Amino acid sequence: MSSNAVIAIDNIRKVYQTGEVEVHAVRGVSVTIQRGEFVAIMGASGSGKSTLMNIIGCLDRATAGSYHLDDVDVSVLDRDELADIRNSKIGFVFQGFNLLSRTSALENVELPMLYVRHSLSRNEQYERASKALETVGLADRADHHPNQLSGGQQQRVAIARALVNHPALLLADEPTGNLDTQTSIEIMGVFQRLNDQGITIIMVTHELDIASFAKRNVIMRDGQIVSDKLVERRLNSEAELKNLREAQLAVKLSA
Amino acid sequence: MRVLAPFRIALRALRRNKLRTLLTMLGIIIGVTAVISAISIGNGAKVQVEAQVASLGQNVLSVFPGSLSTGGARGGFGSRSTLTAEDALAISREVANVVAVSCEVRDRNQVQANGLNWNTQVQGESPDYLSVRAWGLTSGAMFTDADVRSASKVCIIGKTVADELFGGSDPIGQTLRIRDIPFKILGVLQSKGVNFFGQDQDDTVVVPYTSAMRRISGRDFLSAILIQADKAEQMERIQQDVTAVLQQRRGGREPDFMVRSQLELAEAATATAKTMTALIGSVAAISLVVGGIGIMNIMLVSVTERTREIGIRMAIGARGRDILLQFLIEAVTLSIIGGALGICGGIVVSKIIAAKMDWPTLTSTTSIVLAFAFSAGVGIFFGFYPARKASKLDPIDALRYE
Repeated sequence: MSSNAVIAIDNIRKVYQTGEVEVHAVRGVSVTIQRGEFVAIMGASGSGKSTLMNIIGCLDRATAGSYHLDDVDVSVLDRDELADIRNSKIGFVFQGFNLLSRTSALENVELPMLYVRHSLSRNEQYERASKALETVGLADRADHHPNQLSGGQQQRVAIARALVNHPALLLADEPTGNLDTQTSIEIMGVFQRLNDQGITIIMVTHELDIASFAKRNVIMRDGQIVSDKLVERRLNSEAELKNLREAQLAVKLSA
Repeated sequence: MRVLAPFRIALRALRRNKLRTLLTMLGIIIGVTAVISAISIGNGAKVQVEAQVASLGQNVLSVFPGSLSTGGARGGFGSRSTLTAEDALAISREVANVVAVSCEVRDRNQVQANGLNWNTQVQGESPDYLSVRAWGLTSGAMFTDADVRSASKVCIIGKTVADELFGGSDPIGQTLRIRDIPFKILGVLQSKGVNFFGQDQDDTVVVPYTSAMRRISGRDFLSAILIQADKAEQMERIQQDVTAVLQQRRGGREPDFMVRSQLELAEAATATAKTMTALIGSVAAISLVVGGIGIMNIMLVSVTERTREIGIRMAIGARGRDILLQFLIEAVTLSIIGGALGICGGIVVSKIIAAKMDWPTLTSTTSIVLAFAFSAGVGIFFGFYPARKASKLDPIDALRYE
């Protein structure tokens, strides 16, 4: 197996037992994702993309098949070992941001370091969290609580939290689902910048235009991959933002 | 810092819902307040009784005549008494580690002096009596063995008798008439106050026991023999030896005497206080358990409310054990803050009881440490189930929870 592959999934299956009925959520998916890729997984609801996402995120285990994450066979690990993998190798970004309310942005970002096995000093935690907030452009909002931040800012805090333990993989589940168009593009800008710095990103989305900010699109249907190709006309967040502003300006001028 | 961090997190979580936190703590606060007050009252009573027992003298055994001391059946023995001065002599001669023995004869008599009269206890004793009772004189001197041998008409008097008959004036050298027999007052005893049977120990006149027997009551047997040992550890052995010596002097006869130690007297006296403490204590324990159930209830609610938070924490790498600890520490924080407030409450209540009801109370460090440990224990015990429930949540379900 190539040591450059962050994710190597081979013929993975997931079967849920609901009463008498067996539900085949994922039926034989094989996919390899290299370091530095930016992949969007798309599909309708029920296509198995969320199940695949949970398996990739080590929140769930496959019924059959093998999964290597950063050259570690995670399909044989137990609950606690999966928790450690999530802590050290994966950064999560959710649709609903999932920040702890009444906890400052900085403390939210520090949270994953609380569960690092070899504990960090208070100083180190502070510095790493501050740096992560700086990366997403929120250094001046460190003391703010989630309810004092806009949706886009909350999602940036969540991204900083996902990055703070230097994971091999950033996993985003509908990261723009709760955001307006402009903020969505801004978040995609953050993702593209991080990807340019070498961070591997996998993102689940059902919006075609959002998927176009990625480098590679994987489309799922009925628990299988039906399409897996590179994005031909990739969107650039800065260009898109510029277009959007011009369009808004034009509307205002005409009005 | 890292040890305290979980407690900081717990405190923050508890501050989020102050009223709920306070109400949950109330059970523990009331329970611990009750425990501390109960123990304080119990300890206070115990210390008081101990002081009273100590006032009877240290390491003291008493021999009393047995209950079968009347009737003609004993005529063959040649004596009408069961307990004699010879018994006392034999004890002091034959039992090791005995440092003082006093023969005692008790009676009540009307006494006159200074133109006044007073009904008081007249007790015949040996000169060793003061040593046995750990009693001192405020003025004057004790009578001597020579006075005992000659059955001298001398006495020492208690403070109450001195006050009643002589008022402010010095009684030493004055004459006190017992059954119209004049006794010269040699000394005045220090005040000992009321004993745990409610008797005023200062209301007494002490004369040589020979004088009491021959001159006052005319009887030839003793009311008691008081024995003092040099060490507390030997008491049980000495009690056996005294019994053996007396038994031997009575041949094969059924024992007609009882040997009692101060300890037994003290035990009888503390029994009531103990029952009281046990009663309040068990009520307090029940309220602690009820408080614990309150904690369990609110922690279960809290786990449900914070399912999403648990999901987030798990997703970013918290192990089941981390979640378990977080909620356990929250429950323990809740209960130890309640315990600390309860300890303060208990101290205040004890002080109020001491001040308003004139009951002696004593709040010991042991009881505070115990109450604190117990409330922490309640937190761990009743916090464990909700914490375990939280730690067993599935991260995917928890994240989806609305």
